[in-house]
Amino acid sequence: MPELYDAVLLARIQFAFTIAFHIVFPAFSIGLASYLAVLEGLWLYTKRDVYLQAFRYWMKIFAVVFGMGVVSGIVMSYQFGTNWSVFSDKTGPILGPLMAYEVLSAFFLEAGFLGVMLFGMNKVGPRLHFFATAMVALGTFFSAFWILSVNSWMQTPAGYAINDVGQFIPVDWWAAIFNPSFPYRLVHMVLAAYLTTAFVVGGVSAWHLLRDRSNEAARVMFSMAMWMAAIVAPIQIFAGDLHGLNTLEHQPAKVAAMEGHFETRKGAPLILFGLPDMEAEEVRFAIEIPKLGSFILTHDWDGEIKGLKEWAPEDRPNVPIVFWSFRIMVGLGVLMMLLGAWSLYQRYRRKLFENDLLLRAAILMAPTGFIALLAGWVTTEVGRQPYTVYGLLRTTDSVSPIDAPAVALSLLAFVIVYFTVFGAGVYYVLKLMSHPPHPGESGPPAEQPIRAAGLTPGPAQPQHEPAE
Amino acid sequence: MEFDLPLIWASLIAFAVLTYVLLDGFDLGVGILFPFFRKGEERDYAMNTVAPVWDGNETWLVLGGGGLFATFPLAYAVVLPALYAPITIMLLGLIFRGVAFEYRWRSGSSQGLWDLAFTVGSVTAALCQGIALGALIQGIPVADRAYAGGWWHWLSPFSLLTGVAVVVGYALLGATWLVMKTTGPVRERSHRFAWIAAIGTFLLIGLVSLWTPFLDPIFMARWFGFPQILYVVPVPILVAAAAFALFRGLRNQNDGQPFFAAQALFILSYLGLGISFFPYIVPPAMTIREAAAPDESLLFLLVGAAVLIPLILAYTAYAYWVFRGKVDPSEGYH
Repeated sequence: MPELYDAVLLARIQFAFTIAFHIVFPAFSIGLASYLAVLEGLWLYTKRDVYLQAFRYWMKIFAVVFGMGVVSGIVMSYQFGTNWSVFSDKTGPILGPLMAYEVLSAFFLEAGFLGVMLFGMNKVGPRLHFFATAMVALGTFFSAFWILSVNSWMQTPAGYAINDVGQFIPVDWWAAIFNPSFPYRLVHMVLAAYLTTAFVVGGVSAWHLLRDRSNEAARVMFSMAMWMAAIVAPIQIFAGDLHGLNTLEHQPAKVAAMEGHFETRKGAPLILFGLPDMEAEEVRFAIEIPKLGSFILTHDWDGEIKGLKEWAPEDRPNVPIVFWSFRIMVGLGVLMMLLGAWSLYQRYRRKLFENDLLLRAAILMAPTGFIALLAGWVTTEVGRQPYTVYGLLRTTDSVSPIDAPAVALSLLAFVIVYFTVFGAGVYYVLKLMSHPPHPGESGPPAEQPIRAAGLTPGPAQPQHEPAE
Repeated sequence: MEFDLPLIWASLIAFAVLTYVLLDGFDLGVGILFPFFRKGEERDYAMNTVAPVWDGNETWLVLGGGGLFATFPLAYAVVLPALYAPITIMLLGLIFRGVAFEYRWRSGSSQGLWDLAFTVGSVTAALCQGIALGALIQGIPVADRAYAGGWWHWLSPFSLLTGVAVVVGYALLGATWLVMKTTGPVRERSHRFAWIAAIGTFLLIGLVSLWTPFLDPIFMARWFGFPQILYVVPVPILVAAAAFALFRGLRNQNDGQPFFAAQALFILSYLGLGISFFPYIVPPAMTIREAAAPDESLLFLLVGAAVLIPLILAYTAYAYWVFRGKVDPSEGYH
């Protein structure tokens, strides 16, 4: 049925499009919220103004990013019903409560304390304000916890039974929440969020350091960002490897697509690059290292690796997409680790802020966290196809009974609105980033009002001060 | 001890949606009234009153959606495809108005554009919520666990009427909120809007209330049958009392009374809807019990909700307390 197929494809594109935008904002705000909490904590502990400067600088950016995350997130919470109603009916008894826990434990916490964090410093005092910042950070972490549990359950379902109307019903909540791939995915994603933020902070501070090496706030930011790169990037690669081994255990077809293996063989090579051809069932022009594939995946030079031919063609994910997105993610991860190592060397030589090449590289690397994050997400989600609940519920059987034109129209509307709205948002964030952090960061507002006050306003201390 | 879990959850979801309407209603209302305030200072001032709280307010909508998915997945799976267009357009409206809170301070000369986005987004979201409500009251055709209507089914004279009613009602909440939170010309203008919106709201509530019983014999029996009428007659009486309090508060230039009377009006109208709906969740096709997730799901979530919802209410109340009282228009202009 080509008609139905079109509606499914359009619904998939719509979901991929809206979540691709959405995933970027929370990932950045998970990292940024923790960074803000650290900065404010350091400020309270050391009383050094430079931490407050950095805190205020990134808080303005956080406010815009968080706003975009909220509105793109509301769309997600309804899209399951509008476009994937059969999926919602069938998985609701298990995934619904997990998502509801996300709302109850995370979204309210973030939203409730965000107002205090942005506007309340002069009303509640620094200590309570720090508490509010920490609650926002905690909220972003809870949010990651629950939504990744949901996502992991779709990849590696556990703790369920199927009732007489075809719904997945809970049997063991603990098993469902802590399903086999969840711990790995959670660690991998949270580290990715931290790295993404670290590279944005590193790039922005490097940009300002190239113009003014004495900018103390920029020096502090850059140093912190490079510590993160040096420490977290290697950990992330290790965590990613564990996650990959877990995937091999539970979703071998996905790993076969990632590696580009069509044939099942012992002593399989590691294919570095090549052009996967799903029709011909081979990787053309493959550049490969003999036996390394088996060694990485099984820790045995002659270990057996299952190839995609083990599965019927209609049960395989799209190989070129998974193959390439995986390489983009890994490649960027390696670059991140190298930058971190380089920064350690320059730090050791006491040239961390003086080496132009390092600063330029940091600027170039600023967006790579986002790209790696999206590439990793494409790898795992496209690799889950053709199922929504892996091995149990096909994507084609998950979709709403909505006509293709209606899905197409709403997709078009989302595309236009997202590019306009989030394009403008990114522009405003870049505009904020183009201003160097400065001691006046804490000064009184110039032309912009602060946005709320109570009966007992303290001295005007804007948390939200103008960009100009 | 046996709990009627589906009923408890239906009440909690209803509570979440009501809380959403009461809270986001006034900040959407501020957006609806926005173009009537002068560019610059007056609009900054109006927006300042809701900026610290709008985000938390909107989260109740996410709880409504997420909670419905969790506890009544079948209803969620039927209602959202049925209301595909109004829900999608509402979401787009909420995007525009939500980002306007941050963008308009960053956009320099194009601030007017984001002011417009704030208003258009707010009006659209309110209108679509009203239309969705009307479409739900009218009834949604269901066959074989799925929505069985076309993609224009939600559109009718009745749903358009409820759409307009919600816009006017939110404008009333917004106007009375501004009366409570502001001083000077913004308060004066809001006071005038409150009068107009109050009269409009009453006319529209009356119209919707009279029309609803004719949509479905169940509604008719509920409101005009005997002896049910004895149970429901307090609702219109209390509505009249709320109306009296509202107009009196406006006449006496009270700060808080009009706002809380308007809130009471919304609570009562909502109660009226609940009376019409019960025991259906998607009238007339699906009852609360039919749509409910299995008890294991409901109980698992209830345990957390019993702890978290009071906690949420506590820190939400704290956030409102921090930003209590009149907002000072001069602050920020030194």
